[in-house]
Amino acid sequence: MLLEKALSGDELAISKLLTKIEYFTQEGLESLQELIKRSGKAHVIGITGLPGGGKSTLISGLISEYAKRGHKVGVVLIDPSSPFSMGSFMGNRIRMVGKDLQKNVFIRSIASRGNLGGISAEALMLIEALDGLGFDKIIIETVGAGQTDTDIVSAVHTVGVVSVPGTGDEIQALKAGIMEIGDIYIINKADNPEAEMLYETIKFALDSAEINFRDGWTPRIVKTIAIKDVGIKELANVFEEHLNYIKSHGLFDKRIKDRRVKMVELLLRKRVEDIISKVVKESSNYISKEINEKHNLLNLINEIYNNIKLSL
Amino acid sequence: MLMSQKRIKVLIAKLGLDGHDRGAKVVARALKDAGMEVVYTGLRQTPEQIVKAAIQEDVDVIGVSILSGAHLELIPLLIKEIKEKGLNDVVVVVGGVIPPQDITRLKEMGVDEVFLPGSSLKEISEKIVKAVETKRGIKIAS
Repeated sequence: MLLEKALSGDELAISKLLTKIEYFTQEGLESLQELIKRSGKAHVIGITGLPGGGKSTLISGLISEYAKRGHKVGVVLIDPSSPFSMGSFMGNRIRMVGKDLQKNVFIRSIASRGNLGGISAEALMLIEALDGLGFDKIIIETVGAGQTDTDIVSAVHTVGVVSVPGTGDEIQALKAGIMEIGDIYIINKADNPEAEMLYETIKFALDSAEINFRDGWTPRIVKTIAIKDVGIKELANVFEEHLNYIKSHGLFDKRIKDRRVKMVELLLRKRVEDIISKVVKESSNYISKEINEKHNLLNLINEIYNNIKLSL
Repeated sequence: MLMSQKRIKVLIAKLGLDGHDRGAKVVARALKDAGMEVVYTGLRQTPEQIVKAAIQEDVDVIGVSILSGAHLELIPLLIKEIKEKGLNDVVVVVGGVIPPQDITRLKEMGVDEVFLPGSSLKEISEKIVKAVETKRGIKIAS
């Protein structure tokens, strides 16, 4: 019922359905299963990078650009949940105010809810649903990512890594992790005098890399000044080039298959982690006593691990 | 199967032309600390923009901050837009510099709670939880 209304394009129904999906309700999961039969057509773009780099502002520009080009644009924005209250202050949408009034633009914020790695099972489910509902450009903004938050790479077609001038020297660009996953490296705030240095730094890191880049695509570097809408069109063009590349190399469907595997993996992890948290919480006094007073590590780990297995 | 405890989702925005958002930010932070998921869309919003964001985010609560004195002009426009777009069970709360004698009129228009200067953050979050439970018929675990 809700699914049918959502498929007919009713915005309120789409939104209610996404809530049912993100909370793993029976209706939500059954609808998602239906939507997976229809999904697999959208170009999914992930935007990642450090907090304050301008990811949201860039996405705001991309929304307008894609809407202008006639796309149906779905956007998923992830912001962190508090480890203490589990609440969240989500401020990404503020950079996109009014963009949702354009036709065919749907923007949804979601809290990370304890998921690590920059993306979450819930976010991947929302992507799958938006894809099935007919959105053909889907942009996902990760939480302001750290060096190892690289899960995004197996969840999207195209990865844009946002860097800004003044955040580190060449050594940072040579490190493993986030500086290895970009299909496109975006230097935002490029009107900063240090932008040229950052460009050379990233270029050196890419040129000197011995690893094979993902599926043979040579990463590109694009300069933008998102707040002034400079470089957005060029960025969208480079994203198209990348899309054409993966399509012509038979990788478009492969990425979708990988994404769904990742979604299942994250859902399973979530389920198991819930059990681990529960068992540890229930036996926290015992664990504390064993490790702090008896200094028992090896037996303790095995014992609790067995308890967890029994709870599975 | 997987379960996730329902969290109250709140949109906090400034309605109309006033540039003072300290209060809205403080309240948004407090609601985060009370375990809610808060979407903050900031300054100078039209009723149309606020309701659009509320629809797409599927929020339980729209929280509007007004310090300009224009609440009796702007709130009716917001309520009208909410009703027209079919958001029947969303809780609407207003905070800011509101003369106490206007509270009744705002509530008659459809506002669920009005918070004046001096309201404690605890009172605000407790009243929001209560209003959501009543209007949306769900129980929020604390």
